[in-house]
Amino acid sequence: MAEPLLLITGLTKRFGGVTAADAITLGIPAGEVHAVIGPNGAGKTTLIGLITGEIAPQDGAVRFDGGDITRLPVYRRNRLGLARSFQITSLFSDLTALDNVSLAVQAHRGHSFRFWRDARGENELRQPALAALDRVGLAERAGLKVAKLSHGEHRQLEIAMALATGPRLLLLDEPMAGMGPDESARMVRLLRQLKGGVTILLIEHDMEAVFALADRLTVLVYGRIIASGDPAAVRADPAVRQAYLGEKENKDKRGG
Amino acid sequence: MSAGVDPSLDTAPPWLFTPRVVFTTMIVAVLALLPVYSMLTGNTFTLTLFTRVLILAAAAVSLNLIMGYGGMVSFGHAAYLGIGGYAVGILAKEGIGSGFAQWPVAIAASALYALVVGALSLRTRGVYFIMITLAFAQMIYYVAIGLDRYGGDDGLTIHKRSQFGFIDLSNRTTFYYLCFAVLLGSIYLVARIVNSRFGLVIRGSRSNDRRMRAIGFPTFRYRLVCFVIAGALCGLAGALLANHTNFVSPALMHWTRSGDLIVMVVLGGLGTLFGPLIGAATFLLLEEGLSRLTEYPDLILGPVLLLVAIYLNGGIEGLLEGRRRG
Repeated sequence: MAEPLLLITGLTKRFGGVTAADAITLGIPAGEVHAVIGPNGAGKTTLIGLITGEIAPQDGAVRFDGGDITRLPVYRRNRLGLARSFQITSLFSDLTALDNVSLAVQAHRGHSFRFWRDARGENELRQPALAALDRVGLAERAGLKVAKLSHGEHRQLEIAMALATGPRLLLLDEPMAGMGPDESARMVRLLRQLKGGVTILLIEHDMEAVFALADRLTVLVYGRIIASGDPAAVRADPAVRQAYLGEKENKDKRGG
Repeated sequence: MSAGVDPSLDTAPPWLFTPRVVFTTMIVAVLALLPVYSMLTGNTFTLTLFTRVLILAAAAVSLNLIMGYGGMVSFGHAAYLGIGGYAVGILAKEGIGSGFAQWPVAIAASALYALVVGALSLRTRGVYFIMITLAFAQMIYYVAIGLDRYGGDDGLTIHKRSQFGFIDLSNRTTFYYLCFAVLLGSIYLVARIVNSRFGLVIRGSRSNDRRMRAIGFPTFRYRLVCFVIAGALCGLAGALLANHTNFVSPALMHWTRSGDLIVMVVLGGLGTLFGPLIGAATFLLLEEGLSRLTEYPDLILGPVLLLVAIYLNGGIEGLLEGRRRG
């Protein structure tokens, strides 16, 4: 069997006494939507950081498309086709939406040591950026500064920027965080459209969204994988129910 | 969704008849005509003062490139004024009077220094970056004090301004217009840079460096190149300053001079094209005027700057745009 697009083996990261990733081994084949769930502090965002290279592991390896990328810097990994969105919106707030996405496009059009020509007049950058904005439904808002966009639009813009780098693996860190039901539904529709075209690792708390999208599901607790596989099977796993889903259901009941 | 908002609003070209454009045009016109006024009235003092304004404005423009657009708060920018100035002074003392030699050396030496400082300091952020740029500038300051052959603490008199063939820099008006041209040239240069691909990388990095790396930019090298460009530009301003005063001394590089440059940029408006010019003019004229009124001009200048920092988000340029905090 061919090696999966992303292959993590024995990945370990400790912050002081806390083990945020405990010998994580995980493979994601091309085309799959793989969801990672787990209670707060389970190490989900750390996992994304380890994959993108923002966090260096103490042990283990990350392989992407058949090559070892464990020691590559963030920008090199991105150029190989690894893009992420951020849980806490992370945009260029004093630039327009179109500028934001154009920058993402620009990062993949050779070096940027071009000092003279007006970058905002370059169709080579603006057209693909507009296309990415259109894909997430933000084309009409292209000219607005990020600071003037709504929270839901920020989340859409996050996706557009990740898409504009032409990724093969998209790492989405809670794309629905802080969204209302309508916005969430729209995001699920958007992600469903992307399904098949791009491989996705999805971290999400919204269980409805997870079960609507994921081909496979991994449950992370205290940096360790306690279950991984078919979503329905994982959901039925008693350990999972106890560690995560049950706890969540109780909370929901209490909440109202 | 508020469909009533015009999406082109934020991308509209800024050259309309806004208060800002009118004000900026007026300033440039006044500066262009100042030698005529000076000639008619025989008032050379004003011309000398404004020559200084133009030169320090050019230095502020270069600082604004890294600080305003790049978010790199360099607290050692006066070092470039000194390096550029000493390049002119030392070469003149050693018998090389040609500006065609002096000025390129001033620019290259400043660029080289910026490369070294930047390569080390840009690996850090915030306060650490400020401290490292300051530490390097202090080092250069003490190096200059140690240059016994070139006057040490007392400084070095330059007996002849840079020689440029038939262009005579000892003529006040000629020198003024040269400084004016250098200033406008650097503003134009910055205008091109900040809107180019390179400039957007720099601005993106100021706004969110982590995201820049996540979308595939090796931001360090872009920031370093930007730092070197600013250093070279300020080195040129240093060469002008040495020619202006016919004198260089370590005092040129004292850390308070670096502070003055930061104040000019903030006063005029961070990350605006003409802000540094407005800031430099305001700062130097205020300083000049207040020193006539009182023995302690800083006593008034200080609170004024405080008020600007607190109430004018975006400096004087921001005020012209109607942008205020709160």
